[in-house]
Amino acid sequence: MKKLFLILAGLTALFLAYATYLALKVAPTDALQGDVYRIIYYHVPSAWTAFLLFFINFIASVQYLARTKASLQKAVQWFVIGIGVVGVIATFLPQVQALLPTGMRPSAVATTVLAIPAFYFLLGWKFPGDRMDMLALTAAEVGVVFCTIVLVTGPIWARPVWGIWWAPGDIRLTSTLVLWLIYVSYLVLRRFSSSAQTQIIAAALAVFGALDVPLVYFSIWFFRTQHPQPVIGGGGSMDPRMLHTLLISWMAFLCFAFLVCWSRFRLELLKREAEQAEAMESLVGAGTAAKASLPLSRSAR
Amino acid sequence: MNSFWAVTTATLVKDIRLEWRSKDALNSMLFFSLLVVVIFVFSFDPLAEESRHIVGGLVWIAFLFAAVVALNQTWARELRNQVLDAYRVSPAPANGLFLAKTLGNFIFVCVLEALMAPLFVIFYNLHVLGPAWQLVPIALLGTWALVVNGTFFAAMSLRTRNREIMLPLLLFPVSIPAVIGMVAGTTAILTGENSAHFYIVLLLTYDVVFTTASLALFKTILHAE
Amino acid sequence: MTENPAQSAIIVSGVVKQFGRFAALRGVSAEFDAGKFHAILGDNGAGKTTLLRALAGLAHPTQGTIRMFGQDPQDSSREIGYMAHPSLLYDEMSGMENLRYFARLYEIGGDERCAEVIRAVGLDPELTRPVGQYSQGMRQRLSLARAILHDPKLLLLDEPFSNVDVHSAREMVILLKNMRGSGKTIFVVTHQALLLDGVADEFVWMQEGRIVDRTAAPVRAGETL
Repeated sequence: MKKLFLILAGLTALFLAYATYLALKVAPTDALQGDVYRIIYYHVPSAWTAFLLFFINFIASVQYLARTKASLQKAVQWFVIGIGVVGVIATFLPQVQALLPTGMRPSAVATTVLAIPAFYFLLGWKFPGDRMDMLALTAAEVGVVFCTIVLVTGPIWARPVWGIWWAPGDIRLTSTLVLWLIYVSYLVLRRFSSSAQTQIIAAALAVFGALDVPLVYFSIWFFRTQHPQPVIGGGGSMDPRMLHTLLISWMAFLCFAFLVCWSRFRLELLKREAEQAEAMESLVGAGTAAKASLPLSRSAR
Repeated sequence: MNSFWAVTTATLVKDIRLEWRSKDALNSMLFFSLLVVVIFVFSFDPLAEESRHIVGGLVWIAFLFAAVVALNQTWARELRNQVLDAYRVSPAPANGLFLAKTLGNFIFVCVLEALMAPLFVIFYNLHVLGPAWQLVPIALLGTWALVVNGTFFAAMSLRTRNREIMLPLLLFPVSIPAVIGMVAGTTAILTGENSAHFYIVLLLTYDVVFTTASLALFKTILHAE
Repeated sequence: MTENPAQSAIIVSGVVKQFGRFAALRGVSAEFDAGKFHAILGDNGAGKTTLLRALAGLAHPTQGTIRMFGQDPQDSSREIGYMAHPSLLYDEMSGMENLRYFARLYEIGGDERCAEVIRAVGLDPELTRPVGQYSQGMRQRLSLARAILHDPKLLLLDEPFSNVDVHSAREMVILLKNMRGSGKTIFVVTHQALLLDGVADEFVWMQEGRIVDRTAAPVRAGETL
């Protein structure tokens, strides 16, 4: 286990170094923005990684909540299968295809939709019991880190290109910020909640947060958006070398995120095991003894 | 179903009676939002023309903060003497309690808004240019949006340390779309520059989504221990 | 387990309840007979209250299961009467108003039953004073009245005699003795074991989150009064 981790860590380091080399040396300079655009090789992969992690957090939270009751678990399973089936069929109906933004292929949408049940069952199988909650926590923590990178690199890029640090009306900026706020509040809740009920409460908050995302998106939809169109699936033209670099960067970031998640998960597992062992040994008597000795120490003074 | 409504009404009546006797929530809420209004008046002293553009934001910020005061009070009442446990051991449906609490808060915050709205009109010399009646659905839907999530999150933060600080930390991020809807909708009506229909639909969607989610999850939250 | 399910009304198997870095229950396994009076004794922090809360369905075991009349405790809430250390009553309302509210939760209409239980615990249903002004003894009695309001099969009482004068305590014991006679199963967590000498059918001794002994008299083997 430890060996595998070290090997993966070495590979990830190499991968990240290669991605950096591609980003700085190989990828061509943007005709309009100059070299400053190269920050997207960090910005965009971080964003995708963060969204993926938040998605995992959502799936894990739903599953954790569903597990509180056997009947609920069944219902949610069928619902998830239903999403997969309906989603795939729907993308091949001409009416639905007409609604898709230009350049977005139906097969791509179908695969994305299929990812929901796939993730759901894969995670359910791999993370039994309380491990599901640990997964949700890990994904949220690492997700917030990557989301922070997105929110920091964004303005650094925006200042020279747009001339402003922040565009309040922009849909992607604002919804990413709100997403970040929601997950920070999730982490705050986990910190401040007493441990017996934290997991269920946090899972409920994660579900609320996930429900909020489309609403945030639509609420800002009315404003004109300043953000560049999505680089993939948005139909924009992009130098193939740029796309190549971007995808390699993303792969490297994913490996890195996986590695961080893995060690964080192990840490949480060990922490909980230690906590449980400690809980079974610790005696409340120790606490009352300390209280009882208080007057004594006072009189000694 | 019959017992569900019986429990909801009984709890609502009980809450209103308790509030009537102590007036804890309503008094602190009223005074608090009065303070916010006065501070705003000192901070911004705009012309009538400008005020139309900013009052939408000020009004709802004041109500949002005041609502948090009320929301923190609702469950505090159930925690004294741990009365909540008496509810939890009874066969009464959890959602009956939730709905009663939400309705109670909705009534309190609506009363507050009805009392405070004239103050804004006076202090800021407001003159509505758009269809004024649309302010009513925006206020009702917006208040429900704040209160339904607020009641749920207040129940969630019941068992956390620093309970009273927790509530806004949880409530505000998730409420952002609702706040955008309320503020932008109110501004649209005050200035009469564009239609508020989109925001009314947005608030309605928000209300439906989160009322459903709260009702679906409240039982799990209430019995989490 | 047993031939007759009615005999072992409550089956607790391997229950662990962990609160963060402290486990209040550490593997409790026991069967309790129906229609008997069980007194739970032990030092502070021995896990008595947590066990009672787990039996009431208020606390979910971290590990292990509890079966009550063949059901999950949460599904048998109609059969459980629970009296906690805090009063579980609203201080601002009178005794009758309190009980009237709780009666709605159990779908009991009318005032007759409320008045009946208030009289049964030796209080006056006409008393209009809010519960906050009651003496400790009166509050305990009313709390007991709330627990027996819906005529449950199983009574879970957490320190019903603490802070009560000897006279009231004896009256409550007689009341419980009568209820035991009418076939109820009763659990009482208490420090005053002697008060239940000859009344309780068995004494369950807890220590450090485990049941260490079960005796027929309020003394353990090798101990003297």
